[in-house]
Amino acid sequence: MVGHIDSIETLGLVDGPGIRVVVFLQGCPLRCLFCHNPETWTLNDKFLITPEELVRHIYKYRNYFGTDGGVTFSGGEPLFQHDFLLECLKLCKKMGINTCLDTSGSCTGYEDILKYVDLVIWDVKALENDAYHKMTGQDINVSLDFLKYCQDNGVKMWIRQVIVPGINDNVLYINNLKEFIKPLKNILKVELLPYHLLGVSKYKQLGIPYRLDGVPAMDKSKCDELYKVLMS
Amino acid sequence: MEIWDKFKGSKWKESIDVSDFIINNYTEYKGDESFLVRSTEKTNKVWDRCKDLIAEEMKKGVLDVDTVNMSGIDSFAPGYIDKDNEVIVGLQTDAPLKRMINPYGGIRMVYNELDAYGYKLDPDVDKKFNEYRKTHNQGVFDAYTKEIRAARSAHLLTGLPDAYGRGRIIGDYRRIALYGIDYLIECKKNDLDGITDINESTIQLREDVSEQIRALDKIKSMASKYGFDISKPASNAREAVQWVYFGYLAAIKENNGAAMSLGRTSTFLDIYIENDIKEGVLTEEEACELIDQFIIKLRIARHLRTPEYNDLFAGDPTWVTESIGGMLDENRSFVTKTSFRYLNTLINLGPAPEPNMTILWSNGLPENFKKYCANISIKTDAIQYENDDLMRSIYGNDYAIACCVSAMQVGKQMQFFGARCNLAKTLLYSINGGLDEVSGKVVVAGLDKIDSEYLDYDEVMKHFENTMSIVAKTYVDAMNIIHYMHDKYAYEAGQMALHDTNLDRLMAFGVAGLSVVADSLSAIKYAKVKPIRNEEGIAVDFEIDGDYPKYGNDDDRVDSLAVMIVEKFYDELKKHKLYRGARHTLSILTITSNVVYGKNTGATPDGRKAGVPFAPGANPMHGRDSSGALASLNSVAKLPYRGVCQDGISNTFSIIPQALGSDSDRVKNLVGILDGYFKQGAHHLNVNVLNRETLVDAMENPDKYPMLTIRVSGYAVHFNRLSREQQLEVISRTFHGEI
Repeated sequence: MVGHIDSIETLGLVDGPGIRVVVFLQGCPLRCLFCHNPETWTLNDKFLITPEELVRHIYKYRNYFGTDGGVTFSGGEPLFQHDFLLECLKLCKKMGINTCLDTSGSCTGYEDILKYVDLVIWDVKALENDAYHKMTGQDINVSLDFLKYCQDNGVKMWIRQVIVPGINDNVLYINNLKEFIKPLKNILKVELLPYHLLGVSKYKQLGIPYRLDGVPAMDKSKCDELYKVLMS
Repeated sequence: MEIWDKFKGSKWKESIDVSDFIINNYTEYKGDESFLVRSTEKTNKVWDRCKDLIAEEMKKGVLDVDTVNMSGIDSFAPGYIDKDNEVIVGLQTDAPLKRMINPYGGIRMVYNELDAYGYKLDPDVDKKFNEYRKTHNQGVFDAYTKEIRAARSAHLLTGLPDAYGRGRIIGDYRRIALYGIDYLIECKKNDLDGITDINESTIQLREDVSEQIRALDKIKSMASKYGFDISKPASNAREAVQWVYFGYLAAIKENNGAAMSLGRTSTFLDIYIENDIKEGVLTEEEACELIDQFIIKLRIARHLRTPEYNDLFAGDPTWVTESIGGMLDENRSFVTKTSFRYLNTLINLGPAPEPNMTILWSNGLPENFKKYCANISIKTDAIQYENDDLMRSIYGNDYAIACCVSAMQVGKQMQFFGARCNLAKTLLYSINGGLDEVSGKVVVAGLDKIDSEYLDYDEVMKHFENTMSIVAKTYVDAMNIIHYMHDKYAYEAGQMALHDTNLDRLMAFGVAGLSVVADSLSAIKYAKVKPIRNEEGIAVDFEIDGDYPKYGNDDDRVDSLAVMIVEKFYDELKKHKLYRGARHTLSILTITSNVVYGKNTGATPDGRKAGVPFAPGANPMHGRDSSGALASLNSVAKLPYRGVCQDGISNTFSIIPQALGSDSDRVKNLVGILDGYFKQGAHHLNVNVLNRETLVDAMENPDKYPMLTIRVSGYAVHFNRLSREQQLEVISRTFHGEI
């Protein structure tokens, strides 16, 4: 069995707690407007690796993990390569590596996978179906089912929301998000990520039209203000 | 002696044993930094005066030079910055920042130095050194072979200490405070009487010890001119700091070595400070004042250098390295409150390159201290870290770092500093049959050219091994000559008086361009490399077809090549006997000279163009580490310290603050990186936490960032004192975490 990898960042300090190796897997069912990794949408054969090789590689960084670090599977949508991800997670747990899944929950068949995940970072794209569809090109229900399953099974979670100017950078949306999160359990952290333009040049290289052309980067201090509203 | 009765232990009272004194009397501190205080008014006055003088110096290059008196322990009248407010006294000359001339290393260098800044040597000194007295430099050139001369002028062997002081010797300055000068003289006299079997080496030793005794007398006399009698042990904290400083001051009055390091003084001094605080005769403010003012003195140590020297080493370095922390054993650390007080000077006085604060890191260090170090690193970029667990297992628990990464037992080992060999050039010589790719001259005779269309790995390796073996011999010959002559004409009597008479000597060789060579060999092995030859058949450029594994990505295919190169070169060095029974060590370190080495080296098979800077120290080449910072760290961590590179493996790590995580996590994350890197068995890490934007802005608007300090390979520098070329090189280096 081989997995299709985009890249590996060995010093990840923002995708989960502590010092983490972040594995960016290829493949994603969503086409988010703000996506900064369009190169991971489809599978290619540039970087193929077996679960054993990948986990052996991750294990080389165990000395840095300390008590809360480990590996984060990101993407793309890591659930997209179900069998490969499952195998990697099983091996990680066997080696005592803390595992984190950075996902939108937009693929089915995650039940077995979640048994081997210590933390899910769940990406909120939008709160209701129309906006979700506009943002991602897909329906919201798969993602909401994923959230419900996590909730029912006591999975620990971080919640992340990208804030894009003109789309969701307003108090009304943030208040709705606040109401949405309120009943959820096992939420260890909520983050608002300001939309940035660092992925734009990739679209040009790939020859894909950029649909948020002209939208400025999200002002960090405004984002901090919204975070205060969210946390109040 | 009354003061001795206050302290525990007996061994140190019977013979010189500072380590035993420390172990018996120091108080480990596991708390946090909340006890620290800000500078006193006196300190602020002294430091403000220094800041004005330093700003003036920065404009003029040098503030003043004494062209009449020659360097020497007791050659100058006492000098002060602001006498009423100085609690620790003593300057190299009779005025702050006024530089001495040191003709013992070489008189020609003195002419160049003075010329550069518009001074003229006193005719009397000139006459002495031209008519009556020979210098180290003249001795060396009398003995150099033509092979050494060729290697030297081609920049194959560079930075050789053949025209100025060799440095990298650490006197055990603590001995003066603990024992007083008279006891040290008595011990040396006994040693001298014990050397009775007369042969070539004992004749030399008897002469050395006699010189040492005279030097001790001079230190006492110099101190007396400042109003202190240091014949007896220091009896309180202020005296202890002052006595230690007099020892160090004597060293920098006598010598102009490239690196004049301090040793490991913080925990030693803490014993006196703790005792005084306990007795109620010293407050925390006063303790802080003593340390702040001691550090001010270390910050204004100066040597007269040529502008070319400053270009090579970036600014005006003195490498007053102080080693802080480390462990006594697996359970007890040497961290004391004074370890914190030393680091606190970076806040109280602002960041500065000197003294070169070096943390001996161990997993066992108290968590509060680790966090404090990381916090100061993030704030000032002025700290370097070295692996105590690794070094302690080789050097014991009372070693210190000289220069950037060179460990040695304090007072028991000394180093013959060995500059470095340009390995990238060595590789080119093995392809070009010993012809220099820049000048076209024969530098290494008797080699065959490789004339195939594409380079074959096995053939290149065969040639490379042969070239390394010839170059290693030339290198050892040069070092033996240099240190023979240095002992003869510019002996560091004051520093050596603060060593055991029978000591262990290390000869520290060095290499530059390791990552260039590793990537070049990898390219030859895994891609197709075609040399582009000029009409003389010298490869002046290379075409690479295909990709190849690059050093810095935690890829064993190429990292193992880097390991193999240093092991082979070290084995070649070890085949040759060393002067005075010294033992071979090796470092991978370039400070900022990687820029100059690169400038003098043609294009290399890894695709690096002619004149492009090498990566510093053991760092991967700029921009080639594409798997994130930990992969880069892991590659460097594979280089063998124990038994091979025991003079140090330098690595510089730069990261933007945002990539270290959110504000509240940065300290914890940096501690985690350091813990992990050193658990990998790595040796050294410079840490810079700064933005590329800040550096660009600082380059354009230096006035906005008067104190901006950054760490280069093994050393911190004022960014504003770097040449434009060095500034650009620093900026172009990989900033880990940038997208």
